[in-house]
Amino acid sequence: MRAAALALGLLASAALAPCAFAQGHEAVRAPKESWSFNGPFGTFDRASMQRGFQVYKEVCSNCHSMKEMYYRNLTAIGLSEEQVKAIAASATVPGGTDDSGQPVERPALPSDHFRSPFANDKAARAANGGALPPDQSLIIKARENGSDYVHALLNGYRDPPPGVKVSEGQYYNEYFPGNQLAMAPPLQDGAVTYADGTQATVDQMSRDVVQFLTWTSNPELETRKRMGVKIVIFLAMMTGLTYAVKKKVWKDVH
Amino acid sequence: MAGLHKSEFENPVVNWIDTRMPIFTMMQKEYGSFPTPKNFNYFWNFGALAMISLAIMIATGIFLAMNYTAHTTLAFDSVERIMRDVNYGWLLRYVHANGASMFFIVVYIHIFRALYYGSYKAPRELLFMLGVVILLLMMATAFMGYVLPWGQMSYWGATVITNLFSAIPIVGESIVTWLWGGFSVDNPTLNRFYSLHYLMPFMITGVVFLHIVALHITGSNNPLGIDVKTPQDTLPFHPYYTAKDSIGICVYLLVFAGLVFFAPNFLNHPDNYIPANPLVTPAHIVPEWYFLPYYAILRSVPNKLGGVILMFSSIAVLFFLPWLDTSPVRSSRFRPIYKQLILVMVASFLVLGYVGGKPPEGIYVVLGRVATAYWFLHFLVLLPILGKLEKPLPLPESIARPVVRRPPPGGGGGPLPQGATAKPMEKS
Repeated sequence: MRAAALALGLLASAALAPCAFAQGHEAVRAPKESWSFNGPFGTFDRASMQRGFQVYKEVCSNCHSMKEMYYRNLTAIGLSEEQVKAIAASATVPGGTDDSGQPVERPALPSDHFRSPFANDKAARAANGGALPPDQSLIIKARENGSDYVHALLNGYRDPPPGVKVSEGQYYNEYFPGNQLAMAPPLQDGAVTYADGTQATVDQMSRDVVQFLTWTSNPELETRKRMGVKIVIFLAMMTGLTYAVKKKVWKDVH
Repeated sequence: MAGLHKSEFENPVVNWIDTRMPIFTMMQKEYGSFPTPKNFNYFWNFGALAMISLAIMIATGIFLAMNYTAHTTLAFDSVERIMRDVNYGWLLRYVHANGASMFFIVVYIHIFRALYYGSYKAPRELLFMLGVVILLLMMATAFMGYVLPWGQMSYWGATVITNLFSAIPIVGESIVTWLWGGFSVDNPTLNRFYSLHYLMPFMITGVVFLHIVALHITGSNNPLGIDVKTPQDTLPFHPYYTAKDSIGICVYLLVFAGLVFFAPNFLNHPDNYIPANPLVTPAHIVPEWYFLPYYAILRSVPNKLGGVILMFSSIAVLFFLPWLDTSPVRSSRFRPIYKQLILVMVASFLVLGYVGGKPPEGIYVVLGRVATAYWFLHFLVLLPILGKLEKPLPLPESIARPVVRRPPPGGGGGPLPQGATAKPMEKS
């Protein structure tokens, strides 16, 4: 019996011990931000998403594809059908072949996928010093604490600490695993001009683009949380009711 | 008209059918008036919850299959299409993905219940062994299901796990090639995993049916671990346990809804939202959380074949549990030492799960080995010895009168009431 207690104690202390060990040469953990879409009642900030789309369109989309998205999806961030049509039409996409079998191009329609900046991965690598800019459709879900991480990364460019040698064509970033990445700091203050007069600081632009990217990763987020709140309320009442029924059924059992 | 069933149902249609095929009588007997021990606690909800989980998985899975494409070039995008364009596709997929986790949580608690209250002892050995078969089938099904979205973890998880078979001497490599349908995890692998992933839930359903048949022959165990003796010990399943199970189902659905609607990717690995890429290996390849304990056992052995053998043995040992545990007393309530050891066993399982998610270095290796050692020590050494050494507490007379017999002067547990213990196994 004492042996059992001892063994249990040993296992428990052994299980808790590793928390004390710091992990070496890992990237700094992205600080927790409070986003409008966090929590059970979270929603997207439409104005911020639209600004974020502008940042994506004018900056990110020069290198990053977003293959899962259609132009038609943009009505969800508060753009009108006319605006979406105009945005789509400003991109030129492959349009199949003409009658003589030659490939043709045409202006994109709302029913088209977002135009990719490069024809294929090899072309993307060739234009980016050998590095492949990852597709951004799911970037938030594809990273641990994605919203915080992408925000931190965009603000995380630093001068390398003394003794750290940054390779040719690489940039030092506090939050990137391994600390060296091939993407040059993509945002500078004033990189875009917001139509609503918001100051385009790096922090502001990164927050806006995270709103947009969180939506492209989780387009169902608002519907999901709204439905979840209703279902949880329903189930809570159902649990209470079921408990009352059970009490009634069992009242004569001793 | 010999052979017709004499039905007691008043509804003429029901009566007509029941006379010719007495399924209504059977349901009434097995789920209506079925005599069930009156002293179940809420641990006895988890069998019903496992059934519900299976039903939810099959229902959502069938609809997902209508929209999924099993091809390496299309699988990832077809899942995203489900998430974005299929009506309530995100709901179907998140319920299915988190449903797997719920299923394992429920089944692990169900197994804990069986271990804690000695539900594996005579006469329920076969019932328990069928349960272990269900666990194994579930693991195979879950593993193959995780491959289908064809993300990075899908691909690399499949590569690591199928490669385990290469540890088998001489024929190992050939077996792996045969499993893959080629020389690496590729389209033929994805196709066959999809086919098997659709098949196996129905095999599980079949074994669940046998599990329930066996249960309804032996009757349920109960928290006291003593046999039912008089009708006063039991209640009809309906409405008593249908009502009690319903509470469990509601709470289960609450937890489930919490995951699906507010943290749908909490138990998922972010890397699986990156399309599979055979040229890029993820920094840490980790299986789904419910496999982490076995993964830790696998990695705690420096030799590959040894690790594989130990990993499979960690579950295979459960098949022998009814005979490894030599104590005639079922419930932990009356086994003071076992009651503590089983908590240590649970702790070692949790430690293994924790270690399985960490890189195999430093303290984690030590921890994993200690916990692995305990797992086998518990089942292979402690349980057989304990039955001989441990002095059980006096058992109550019956379920209806859970009064403990006064121990006779002179101490000790005294003679056990008749039928209060499992029948000792026959030595062959």
